[in-house]
Amino acid sequence: MKITLEVWRQDSPAEPGRMVTYQTEVSEDASFLEMLDALNERLETAGERPIAFDHDCREGICGACGLMINGQAHGPRDRTTACQLHMREFRDGDTIRVEPWRAAAFPVIRDLVVDRAAFDRIIQAGGYISVATGSAPEANLTPVPKPTADAAFDAATCIACGACVAQCPNGAAHLFTSAKISHLGLLPQGQAERWERAVAMVETMEQEGFGSCTNHRECEAVCPKGISIDWIARMNRDYLRARWRRTARR
Amino acid sequence: MSRNGLPGSAVPGGPLAQKWTDHRDHLRLVAPNNRRKFEVIVVGSGLAGASCAASLGEAGYRVKCFCYQDSPRRAHSIAAQGGINAAKNYRNDGDSVFRLFYDTIKGGDFRSREANVHRLAEVSVEIIDQAVAQGVPFAREYGGLLDNRSFGGAQVARTFYARGQTGQQLLLGAYQALERQICAGAVEMFPRSEMLELVVEDGRATGIIVRNLLTGEWSRHAGHAVVLATGGYVNVYYLSTNAKGCNVTAIWRAHRRGAFFANPCYTQIHPTCIPASEEFQSKLTLMSESLRNDGRIWVPKAEGETRRARDIPEDERDYYLERKYPSFGNLVPRDVASRNAKAVVDEGRGVGVLANGVYLDFADAIARQGRDRVEEKYGNLFEMYERITGENPYQVPMRIFPAPHYSMGGLWVDYNLMSNLDGLFVLGEANFSDHGANRLGASALMQGLADGYFIAPYTIANYLAGHLGETISADSAAFAAVESETRERVERLLAVGGTQPVDVFHRKLGKAVWDECGMSRNAAGLQRAMGVIGEVRDEFWSDLKIVGTGAELNASLERAGRVADFFELAELMCIDGLRRDESCGGHFREEHQTEEGEALRDDEEFSHVSAWEMKGAGEWVEHREPLEFTAVVPTQRSYK
Repeated sequence: MKITLEVWRQDSPAEPGRMVTYQTEVSEDASFLEMLDALNERLETAGERPIAFDHDCREGICGACGLMINGQAHGPRDRTTACQLHMREFRDGDTIRVEPWRAAAFPVIRDLVVDRAAFDRIIQAGGYISVATGSAPEANLTPVPKPTADAAFDAATCIACGACVAQCPNGAAHLFTSAKISHLGLLPQGQAERWERAVAMVETMEQEGFGSCTNHRECEAVCPKGISIDWIARMNRDYLRARWRRTARR
Repeated sequence: MSRNGLPGSAVPGGPLAQKWTDHRDHLRLVAPNNRRKFEVIVVGSGLAGASCAASLGEAGYRVKCFCYQDSPRRAHSIAAQGGINAAKNYRNDGDSVFRLFYDTIKGGDFRSREANVHRLAEVSVEIIDQAVAQGVPFAREYGGLLDNRSFGGAQVARTFYARGQTGQQLLLGAYQALERQICAGAVEMFPRSEMLELVVEDGRATGIIVRNLLTGEWSRHAGHAVVLATGGYVNVYYLSTNAKGCNVTAIWRAHRRGAFFANPCYTQIHPTCIPASEEFQSKLTLMSESLRNDGRIWVPKAEGETRRARDIPEDERDYYLERKYPSFGNLVPRDVASRNAKAVVDEGRGVGVLANGVYLDFADAIARQGRDRVEEKYGNLFEMYERITGENPYQVPMRIFPAPHYSMGGLWVDYNLMSNLDGLFVLGEANFSDHGANRLGASALMQGLADGYFIAPYTIANYLAGHLGETISADSAAFAAVESETRERVERLLAVGGTQPVDVFHRKLGKAVWDECGMSRNAAGLQRAMGVIGEVRDEFWSDLKIVGTGAELNASLERAGRVADFFELAELMCIDGLRRDESCGGHFREEHQTEEGEALRDDEEFSHVSAWEMKGAGEWVEHREPLEFTAVVPTQRSYK
């Protein structure tokens, strides 16, 4: 199939970027990233700098890839990362726009590569249960009701790709942050730090320059792991309760 | 030094089940107030690297951790699907440390070190405790306690799992522990950083040379100990189930600096993966082995069949596994299933447009159990298959083919997980230690975390205790010399100035290694492969084209460096495969098989580890560590 690609090219954070058009021919069985691989080989053979994009596992779990495809994070297919998107989702003759994640907290590094280190810093603020190696009790000592364990798992499947931030008109990281707060806050093991965790992670999220949540639900719609915005409500509740507890203690 | 230059394996004396306890009781310690005087370098942030870096940070050492990804959470441990074994015996089905040890050593076809494997089984139970305390959401039963499932190569249910994402959840547990230490200032993290060389001074590893992948900036890092936890090397085949970035460079550079490389020819080819669909295919996707419980594997009886699967009548189909192995049928072990699929494809009976797969057919299962039941068991896998191939496996049979998945070989380490170079520790898939010639399912996660949480923190302390008060510096002449050699190597890649991009060579190399040193090998083929590898390598060094410079983000340059190392590894894999003139586990030499076509070991000649020392370009010397079995008796496997 013949595809016209419009790709964001930007040499460095300091330089302005621009859309560049490429004509390409590709098998419909190729994945989206394989289509970019083939284009890159062609560019490189012709002496042009290949398009930079992040990717690694190519099976939808590492979270490295992230492309705005025709204005939709990870492209048109539901619950699918860009690496698992295949060209058969498009039609012969289509024009496809490919852009990097656009968010104040994710500066562009080059072409389609952005800096998502802010996500790691949100986790550093409290996205863990403090248990030093060797200090764990026997695993079956604390039963966890199956519905609780299943809910915690649903929240824990986040791959930190950043699609939620990229799609949000406010560039908010509420879906990412709330998924981790909920995963740990639901489990009995995570109770000791539950309130401090919620406050620290939410405040770090704000300091990192992510926007506010105004309930557009775009994040949920594009999340490749189908993470629910219910977690945002839960996070807001935990955050408010934690602040209130703090005030009450003073 | 003993055994022709191989240091002792440091396996302690005493009864097998007591060795680790006794050993740990006598390892040297570093007092808490002295720990901050030591700097430890950890390369890699997967299960082994992240768990080790976090544990050392918690203990009070100063740690630097490096990964090539943009975040430590993206290491390829994240992709492991199935589960993690542990001898908890929660099912009351007779499991024990001994049984997990026995299954693992038998699964490895009696080519691993008994004491290491026993220790792995012992610490397996602590891993589950640690992970649960971290909040890893393992599957649970309605009573709230942990669930288990059974896995290949075992008659007990000892596998803990988190749906099909066990690796992801365990890695996030270790990653979160690591991030906690980063926040506490105990660990300094260097993402998007690639170790390109090891510094060795007087036989001791003292640091690494690193290239920043965004800026091309070089840096030197000195440490009292260096830990390599950089994963496996099956991307040597180009197409594999590994992430695109997985590479051999860190351990290969260490090998070139004197670390011995053990059993490089031991690679695992997983039988149920989605076959390649076109020339530009970039990776192969694993489909859980559990599908073989209900799917029937077949190919057409005739070569060059062009009809669609459903139009081929029953009597023109060859259910070859059921035919050849009536008692195990489609559930033969991984290596047997893989080799048989290759054989029928080689005969010209492969299916799909490229005739490179076999059918895995659920029609009978759907007719017998109903579509709902099949969907309940395999729905997510069917969906993934449909997403990738565009075919609906409820209506047409899946096409599958084996793919490189895991490398059992790696840097040689002693019982303390230290290589023959002092101060160089190697953990997880990067070392050779626990899986022998074949790894059982759900054992990789177990080993990575055992090494990082519960073994290395003790053995590294033991090593450091002997170096208290020593200052280290990256300003030495040795560091300067190694850095300039490394820069020159990168410049050489950029200076080739040829006409073809790096992946062209990687694909050619991968095909040569896959054809002759993949699922089955023979002497003539291995020799042929070495010729082809040499030719492609020469072509690489004369016709490689990289656009851009070394002072910027340059993914082609990164890949070229890794491919250059894969060429050398590929040659050593073939040499090792030739020298090991027997079949064992994943190393199937066609000259050595039983009448049933199973791997035929030669315990008289080959009950040893082959540890290769590099003497110069293309020159290696083999050292042998004999394997002694006291608790188990090596037996011949049969699945007929």
